[in-house]
Amino acid sequence: MALQAQLAYGRKARWLSEIVAAWGFAQRNYYLTKRYFWWEVVWLGYTTANAMSIGFIGAAVEETGGSFEGSGRATTYLLIGALLWSYLSMLFDILSETVSWERWEGTIEYTFMAPASRATHLIGTSVYAIVYGILRSIVILGVIALFFDLDLGNANFLGALLVLATCSISLIGFGMVAAVMPLLSPEKGQQVTFIFASVLLLISGVYYPIDVLPGWMQSLAQFSPVYYALDGVRDTLLDGQGTTSLGDELWPLLVMGAICVPLGIWVFQIGERFAKRTGRLKRSG
Amino acid sequence: MRALELTTVRKQFKKKRGEMTTALDGVSLNVERGEVVGILGPNGSGKSTLVRVISTLILPDAGEIRVFGVDAVRKPKIVQQTMNRVSVEASFFKKLSARENLLYGAKLYGVTGREALPRIGTILESIGFDMKRVGEPMEHLSRGMQQKIALARALLTSPMLMLLDEPTTGLDPRSKKDVQDLVNAIRAQHDSSILLCTHDMGEAEDLCDRIGIMVDGRIVELDTADALKRRYQQNGHLPSLEEVFMAVSGTSLEDADARESEKAEKAGVN
Repeated sequence: MALQAQLAYGRKARWLSEIVAAWGFAQRNYYLTKRYFWWEVVWLGYTTANAMSIGFIGAAVEETGGSFEGSGRATTYLLIGALLWSYLSMLFDILSETVSWERWEGTIEYTFMAPASRATHLIGTSVYAIVYGILRSIVILGVIALFFDLDLGNANFLGALLVLATCSISLIGFGMVAAVMPLLSPEKGQQVTFIFASVLLLISGVYYPIDVLPGWMQSLAQFSPVYYALDGVRDTLLDGQGTTSLGDELWPLLVMGAICVPLGIWVFQIGERFAKRTGRLKRSG
Repeated sequence: MRALELTTVRKQFKKKRGEMTTALDGVSLNVERGEVVGILGPNGSGKSTLVRVISTLILPDAGEIRVFGVDAVRKPKIVQQTMNRVSVEASFFKKLSARENLLYGAKLYGVTGREALPRIGTILESIGFDMKRVGEPMEHLSRGMQQKIALARALLTSPMLMLLDEPTTGLDPRSKKDVQDLVNAIRAQHDSSILLCTHDMGEAEDLCDRIGIMVDGRIVELDTADALKRRYQQNGHLPSLEEVFMAVSGTSLEDADARESEKAEKAGVN
């Protein structure tokens, strides 16, 4: 068939093209995971080992009669933190590395000159991150369940999933804001995203109740979606709290999501415009 | 309607010590529909910035860029649908295969996998790409093969305007010839308009209807190769394109390249 025939096809409606492009971003990330399969296995092994070692700390605390928040279920408490952090931090990492990864591969200009909108770019990346993150967490949970006697007799799994899904949205917004940093300054931007993730880990009560933190850190925790997610998931999984009484956790997460996602897309667009004005898309490293 | 219209486009960048460097200094240029226009210039003359400005990757400080009559600064999304670019760098996910990279590239432009797959086969066959290697990671392919894939990726999206930024630089003579033949085939079989930036005189002369000479961010001459040669004819001697370039810029392309590389190393210019 002549090249001309190959080139002659109709243009689609904009919304349809955007859906195709969003799928393209998700599929590309799947291809990358497949190509870096053994690295993914290594990281999964590392994360699982990390979660297990934290679980053993919990077992040691229980043996010496210690407890977390008076529950006496230190192991389960810590493992929920480890599992949730592995999922949420991965979600944040994938989003925040959207730009850095493309810079490293040298594809950033090709992606940014395509007609797919930035919202599509970020949403496609998010969809893959959520699906991959959930599958990864299930594997880790499966391994953990083999080694620890998890105290989940009263667990409200549906409620926990609802909290997690709501938190994912706000964290995606946080990730989008963080993703813009490497666009403004390739190296410093990436450093800022690491700092951002570290602060979330420190203040959100991943491995301890936030009551043990200094007062100013406790105040800061009120702005972390991870804090509300941990609180909600622990309440539902450890104490079987009903879905209807999760308002204290869900409302802040919903508000944060409603603010952070549009804010993230908006900030990203401003960052992109700045990068295009100053010629920073080209620079690598 | 013209494929491309640039009117007094200016772009400056800030250097490390806060000084400004002018990449584009009032560039005006038209490309007619179906026309191939070449831009000849040494490294650092502004060719790549010109391509980046047209492809919406850099915002100009002043001037106007219209692609098929649409303002590229105000309506980039519309303009992006009509064009594609092949640059000197391969710009692929190195671990992904040619097929995976092509599928991704097509989807960015709204072309589904079902639509793209048969086209990938036909386009790759037409450019003489060994289909057995379509599943291999890009990093296993030679530069010449990667550049063919880059052209195929651009073709998949049916561009009405193709921006080719030194597509044959660094290729071995055989691959260079293959890529040049492909550009000729695109030209012959499709009404795509092409802007080709190069510092290869022969390539410009063989492929382009008109040739612009770019020096220090300005297009100082723009005409057919024959007209340029006639313009700089001396004592009945019809100069080569290289001689025309020397007459226009006061230096040879190689010397200008060497000087620019030295300057860039010293100043750390963007």
